[in-house]
Amino acid sequence: MAINIDKNTYTIAFAAVMVVIVGALLAFLASALSAKISENERLEKQQNILYAMGVNENEGSGSVSFIGTDKVAEAFNTYIKDQLVLEGDKVTSNDAAYLIDLKKEESNAKAGKTRRLPVFVGEKDNKEFYIIPMRGKGLWDAIWGFVAVDKNMIVQGVYFDHKGETPGLGANIKQRYFMDDFIGESILNNGNYVGISVAKGNNDPANELKTDNEVDALAGATITGDGVSAMIKQSISLYKPFLQTIASN
Amino acid sequence: MGILSKKDAALILDPLADNNPITIQVLGICSALAITAELEASIVMAVSVLFVMGMGNVVISLMRNIIPSKIRIIVQLVVVATLVIVVDQVLKAFAYELSKTLSVFVGLIITNCIIMGRFEAFALANGPKRSFLDGIGNAAGYGFILVVIGFFRELLGSGTLLGIKVLGDPIEKTGLYAFGYENNGFMLLSPMALIVVGIIIWVQRSRNPALIEEN
Repeated sequence: MAINIDKNTYTIAFAAVMVVIVGALLAFLASALSAKISENERLEKQQNILYAMGVNENEGSGSVSFIGTDKVAEAFNTYIKDQLVLEGDKVTSNDAAYLIDLKKEESNAKAGKTRRLPVFVGEKDNKEFYIIPMRGKGLWDAIWGFVAVDKNMIVQGVYFDHKGETPGLGANIKQRYFMDDFIGESILNNGNYVGISVAKGNNDPANELKTDNEVDALAGATITGDGVSAMIKQSISLYKPFLQTIASN
Repeated sequence: MGILSKKDAALILDPLADNNPITIQVLGICSALAITAELEASIVMAVSVLFVMGMGNVVISLMRNIIPSKIRIIVQLVVVATLVIVVDQVLKAFAYELSKTLSVFVGLIITNCIIMGRFEAFALANGPKRSFLDGIGNAAGYGFILVVIGFFRELLGSGTLLGIKVLGDPIEKTGLYAFGYENNGFMLLSPMALIVVGIIIWVQRSRNPALIEEN
């Protein structure tokens, strides 16, 4: 059987068959695995939220260690007292608020619709935490995270993650030594909601000064760091009315 | 040699030294610069490329007689992209933590010129077994250099290896830092990876003058 593989008809047929096979394979794989993948993503979100309010398995000053995936659903019910959704001036309680897709809400807001802003109220050791989700831009791709504040607007914990920042540089925003610097910082400055910026000045490398609204930047990751600063600032300004009502109570 | 003939063994061993894809053929430099600031990332990248190249070379080799030459580059791209997506999806479902570490590499694997280069230069003309060995050999040669660069960049740039502080604590001033040693932040930037590659090439060529091209 001799087929002339240089003929145009063969080339086109080959391309068509290849596309069908590859397309079918990937579509099958995607639909077979999608349930498992979204379950993983759901648990991860719960882990991240709990991490920000200090419910984690960190030891010493080592690496980031989440609460185990087998325990996370239960811990989420225990520690997260309430999940609120802010829509304009309206505040509603919604148990699925943690599943709200911030990216979609962002484009809704751009299209002129009201934006739903989720916020989580946690309680641990008789202390209340308000956990705010954030989303912004790094150097290469999206960055996101959660910041937990108490009612005095002091940061109790943060969690950052990223889609594609450079390993060893920007990717280090999800390392403990960077995230832990935020703990104890205030997002207020003389009563203004200014957030916390990632500063290159190196005035305070050991991060002892907790009232300067600054943490020390990561070397070689200026743009990712600026992205983190901008992300915090933007999220704080979105949630400002809510935070003001908490602070005044 | 028991399992492999001398010729087959050379397919694996040559790219590790005298025909190394990075230091001799100067391919795959872009990813060698991008991800070697940490040893761990280098290792992950090396393993991923090993898998994709071994598999990809076999697939291309099996199809070598039916691939129309006019669209062979497109076919090669489709094969790499499919393999990478399959790996990515399976990891996301069954090893979620690992998949998050890998996500940044997915794009870099597809564009790695060594992979396309070996498909084009070897798998299209050789049988699956030899192509598999060639793929593994070249990926190992690439990975080896990556790990060496990652080792030096992480050690000199951050004072750590695989995230463990091997030189002491720079803030507490313990270990080497007590004697006034400082991390070289320059090592974390891409240009230093190129300089490390340059040093490796220099060492390799001065040990083996046969590698030096004549003008």
